[in-house]
Amino acid sequence: MTTDLSPAENLRTTLYDTHVAAGARMVPFGGWDMPVQYQGTIAEVEAVRQAAGIFDVSHMGRLNIGGPNAAGLLDTLLTGSASDLRVGRARYCFICNERGGVIDDTIFYRLSDDEFLLIPNAGNRAAVALWFDRQLAQHYDGRGVQITDRTMATGLIAVQGPQAAGIVDGLLEDFSPGARLARNPGRQPQPSLLRPYTWGRGHIDGRRIFIGRTGYTGEDGFELAVQSSDAAHIWERLTQAGATPCGLGARDVLRLEAGLPLHGHELADTITPIEAGLSRFVRRDGGFNGADVLDHQRVYGTPRQLVGLTMPGRSAPRADYDVLADGEVVGTVSSGSYSPTLERCIAMAFVDAAYSEPGTALQVDIRGRAADVTTTELPFYRRAG
Amino acid sequence: MNPDDRKYTREHEWVVSEAGADTVLVGITHYAQDQLGDVVYVELPAVGDAVGYLAKMGEIESVKAVSDLFSPITGQVTEVNARLAQEPELVNNDPFGDGWMLRVSMSDPAELDSLLDAASYEEYIGQL
Repeated sequence: MTTDLSPAENLRTTLYDTHVAAGARMVPFGGWDMPVQYQGTIAEVEAVRQAAGIFDVSHMGRLNIGGPNAAGLLDTLLTGSASDLRVGRARYCFICNERGGVIDDTIFYRLSDDEFLLIPNAGNRAAVALWFDRQLAQHYDGRGVQITDRTMATGLIAVQGPQAAGIVDGLLEDFSPGARLARNPGRQPQPSLLRPYTWGRGHIDGRRIFIGRTGYTGEDGFELAVQSSDAAHIWERLTQAGATPCGLGARDVLRLEAGLPLHGHELADTITPIEAGLSRFVRRDGGFNGADVLDHQRVYGTPRQLVGLTMPGRSAPRADYDVLADGEVVGTVSSGSYSPTLERCIAMAFVDAAYSEPGTALQVDIRGRAADVTTTELPFYRRAG
Repeated sequence: MNPDDRKYTREHEWVVSEAGADTVLVGITHYAQDQLGDVVYVELPAVGDAVGYLAKMGEIESVKAVSDLFSPITGQVTEVNARLAQEPELVNNDPFGDGWMLRVSMSDPAELDSLLDAASYEEYIGQL
C-alpha cells in the first residue's frame, strides 16, 4: 500500500485538541490541519442522514464587512445582491473575476443595515480579502468599508441532520431571530423556527452563539459561530446532546450526494457558475464583476456543462479521470465517490454540452478500464419533506 | 498490536506462513486500514495468477482514496478471500484475521527474511 504523508506547517482551529483527544485522524486541508474522520466516514454519513452530526468548520473564513459603502461594494463583487438582502437573512452566491470565473463561493449574512458577515472557503480566505481590498480601492477610493477578519477569534460548528433542530433548540437558553419569524403564533422564538438562510442569536451556558440555518450536507441544520474560547465547550455540549462528531471525509460525501459544488473541483477561477449549472445564484440585473460574460453564457450556453454521473458497483470515478464517449475524451470528472446513502458510485463531471442530456450513456476511464456511467440530473440525494 | 507471527512490508502489507502447509496468507495492516478509512472495494488477482515480490498485486479503494497493493512475496495465488467482495469492511474490522486477501503458494521462502518483523514494523510506522 502506498501512503502519501506530506508534512506541512498548517493552521489549527480552536477545536484541534478536542479532535486529537477524541481520536480523530488529522489531515491537511486548505492550509489547516483538520479531522478527516472520527470513527469512520460511512458511519458519520449515516449519522447525519439519520440523526445529527457536528463538523468543525472553523477553517472557513469569517470576514466582517461593515460601513456605509459595504452593501454597495458587495453588490459589485457578488453575483447575489447585498443591498436587496434583508437584515436577518443570508444568501449563497459567487465572487467572480472579470471573466466570470469563480474566485470563491460564499454565504453572506446581513447583520444590520451596514454590516455583513461573509464566509469564504478556507483556502481562499487570503485571496478573497485581497480581492476585496483592491476592489474597494478601485470603486470607493478605499473608503467607507471596514473589512475585519474574525476567523482566528471565532469558531464555527455545523450541526446537521434531521435531529439538528431538536438538539439546538434544547441547548439554547434564549434565542432571538435576526428578523421577524414567519410562523410564530405566540410561541417562544426557537432556532427551529428559523427559515433556511436566516440567522439569529442566543446563548448556551451563558456563551454567545450566532446561529445560521445553513449547511453543506443536504440535510436540515445550522452553523454556529462562537468565540474561540467557547468552541470546545459548545462542541462537548452538542456531542452530549447526541450529535455525532464528523470529519471532512463525511462532509465531502454528503455534499457530493446533495450535488453541492466544492471550490477547486466544480468551481474555480477558470469555471463559471453557468457552466456549473448554478445560474440561479447569479442575479440578472448585472452590475457585478463578470456579469457580461455570465449573461452571454446564460443566453447562448456554454461548450461544457456540469452533469451528474452514476454507476453501479463500488469502484468509483475520481477527480480528474477522463469521461469518454465511443473512446473519445468528452469530459473530466470533478468529484466522485462511493455513495453510502445510495449504495452506488456517484460523480460530478464537466462534459461537452452535446453529452449533457440526462440519461446519456458514457464511460469513465477508471485507471485504464472504461466503466459505463449514465448522466443524471443533480442532486443525487434529496431529503424527504 | 501487530502480531509477531508474521512479516511486514514498508507498504503496510503482512504475510504469515500457514502451519503444516507451504502457503502463506497476505493482507494489509491495522495501520494501513486506519489510514485508508472505510474500505469499499478491493481489486485482487485471480486464483492461478502470479504475484511478484513487492510488485503491485491489486488496488484498494476507501471512500476517499485509491491505493495500490503490493505483494510481500513471489508466488502463485491459490485462493482469494471471497468474502471481501460483499464485505470489504472486514479489512477495517479485522485486518489481521478475517480481512485477509490472498492465499499464495510461495516460490522463494527466503524472501520472508528480507521483510520486517513486528518490532521493526512498529518502529517504522512510529516514524511516519
